[in-house]
Amino acid sequence: MSDKNLDFSYTTVPTICPYCGTGCGMLLEVIGGKISGVLPMKGHPVSDGCLCLKGWTAHEFVSSPDRLARALVGKDGDFKEVGYTEAVALVADAMRETVENHGPDSCAFVASARCTNEENYLMSKLARFAVGTNNIDHCARL
Amino acid sequence: MTNSIGELSDADVILLTGSNTSEQHPVIAGKILDAVRKGAKLLIFDPRIIHLTSFAHMHLRQKPGTDIVWINALMKVIIDEDLLDREFVNSRTEGFEELSRSLENYSLERAAEICGIEASDLREAARIFAMADKASIVYCMGITQHVFGTRNVLALANLALLTGNVGRLSTGVNPLRGQNNVQGACDVGALPNVLTGYQKVDDDVARGNFESAYGKKLPSKPGLTLIEIMNACLEGKIKFLYIMGENPMITEPDLKHVEEALSAVDFLVVQDIFLTETARLAHVVLPGSCWAEKDGTFTNTERRVQRIRKAIDPPGDARLDWQIICDIAKAFGSDYFEYSSAEEIFDEIAKLTPSYSGMSYQRLSTQGLQWPCPSVDHPGTVYLHETGFARGKGLFSVVEYDPESQKLEEHYPFVLMTGRVGFQYHSGTMSRRSRALAREVPEAYVEISPQDAARLGISDRDKVKVVSPNGELTVRAFVTERVRPGEIFIPFHFSEAPANILINSRELDPQSKITSMKFCPARIEKA
Repeated sequence: MSDKNLDFSYTTVPTICPYCGTGCGMLLEVIGGKISGVLPMKGHPVSDGCLCLKGWTAHEFVSSPDRLARALVGKDGDFKEVGYTEAVALVADAMRETVENHGPDSCAFVASARCTNEENYLMSKLARFAVGTNNIDHCARL
Repeated sequence: MTNSIGELSDADVILLTGSNTSEQHPVIAGKILDAVRKGAKLLIFDPRIIHLTSFAHMHLRQKPGTDIVWINALMKVIIDEDLLDREFVNSRTEGFEELSRSLENYSLERAAEICGIEASDLREAARIFAMADKASIVYCMGITQHVFGTRNVLALANLALLTGNVGRLSTGVNPLRGQNNVQGACDVGALPNVLTGYQKVDDDVARGNFESAYGKKLPSKPGLTLIEIMNACLEGKIKFLYIMGENPMITEPDLKHVEEALSAVDFLVVQDIFLTETARLAHVVLPGSCWAEKDGTFTNTERRVQRIRKAIDPPGDARLDWQIICDIAKAFGSDYFEYSSAEEIFDEIAKLTPSYSGMSYQRLSTQGLQWPCPSVDHPGTVYLHETGFARGKGLFSVVEYDPESQKLEEHYPFVLMTGRVGFQYHSGTMSRRSRALAREVPEAYVEISPQDAARLGISDRDKVKVVSPNGELTVRAFVTERVRPGEIFIPFHFSEAPANILINSRELDPQSKITSMKFCPARIEKA
């Protein structure tokens, strides 16, 4: 038995819990390039070393076998995998056709309270600047 | 939140309403318990028994939908007994005369009858709240998810203004935001009526700043909210819909309506990390990435902008969500979507957003910064409104109760409230894939009082049918004293028994466009 070829390199990455709006500080534990767990961040201004059960288990869904790893094209509930670039082109073409035929306000965009500020900002920029509509919202009321 | 989470532990009185804090914001509940341990009085206004009620000085159980009544009753007592903060009211507010006049003939006994809280308890709670040096109001969706949710919030703001509990440490009006970055998504303009930092799209000056930065005219007419988007899909007005990281097929009210709407659009794009109930209806599904795979920022409920950092790569062909948006924008033919990092995007946000303009990744580090943070040497803002309000003086609003709002329909004698449990999260796509969490509360249930259960011949764990004018579902009964006779509660996380199928999306709060998820007429039948 030898661990010679195994990667046990260990790092922690300071980040914020992905669940509720409290925003507790956490450290993601990474062993050999894989997430292995979560540690509470001491000295964090909100949580100072506390996490709830959801926080402590936040890493569990990351490596779920159900994670989407390919773009899909769907028809009547059936999906087939397509290349990423092809999927992006399909979306851009549909968006262009809709704008040309029905105007910008026939498009709508739903951003996400789960995504980052940067991503939500870009979604808003896509709607307002690229397409030209203010039809953008997210689940703030839910 | 006007104030910060940590300040809660130094409050003298905490008025908590419409928040099951221990379940939904456990670490914040910890701060509330710290305060109680130090001698603070906790006043809880909630129809249900929750974990924190066992630590409360008073638990006042209003009838669902009568919040304006008890809040006005507290103010009536405070004004009548001259317990208001006169100096604050005189120097920092306007509209007090109108408020006071509107309460002149207000009868505490009548209020007690409507809201179901004894007049003597209303009086005692009012005194405790008004006599505190530092009283903090904490609320969540039990207050906002009503067709009069905005008026509920205005009523709470009145109470804080009347007692001078704004603009100081451990006071304030503090909504607890439910999602990790719902505050941030609002801050950066993922809303139909505002650009970043709540700059209105129909304000020519604000929009002009963006137009000169982007080099292009932007639309000035406010867009549609999420529920309005769904309606417009059904009417054939929306033909292309792009949903990123949301699962309205579980979380939106009136699921049948949502499904029809999503099926009606010509082209539906869903970008997510799982093939959600919503993604299953899409024409194209794009594989996004989760928080552990990306750099960026989240803004928490106390306005603290914080860094998240990439720990691992996303699986397979999955991409960072901001890269997918840029790729689509470029394929669409749009310029100005060339970014090499999330930091570059953040710097653009900071440039266009006065409340974020002093922030940078370097400064956020591991502690974050609370907005407003208008300049690079500004330390961030722990609590708002220290010296003034955005409009100058704090404005009292006369808020009156509408008895119509509490009416049940024939054949639907129960009030159904939907909500959450601590071991699950929103539509469950993440939390139900966590073994430890799924084990704790694996399925949906309906809380029903022992009295109602006995009357209807229902035993604990029996399967029952819950019917509303909008739909029906079958769940197990959880017979518990947590709810009173006439009231039932269902958590909405579970796709096989989605509580939102029961909720209607036709009647909305006129300002916030929120629907009533805390007052839905229903009946229960044995399944």
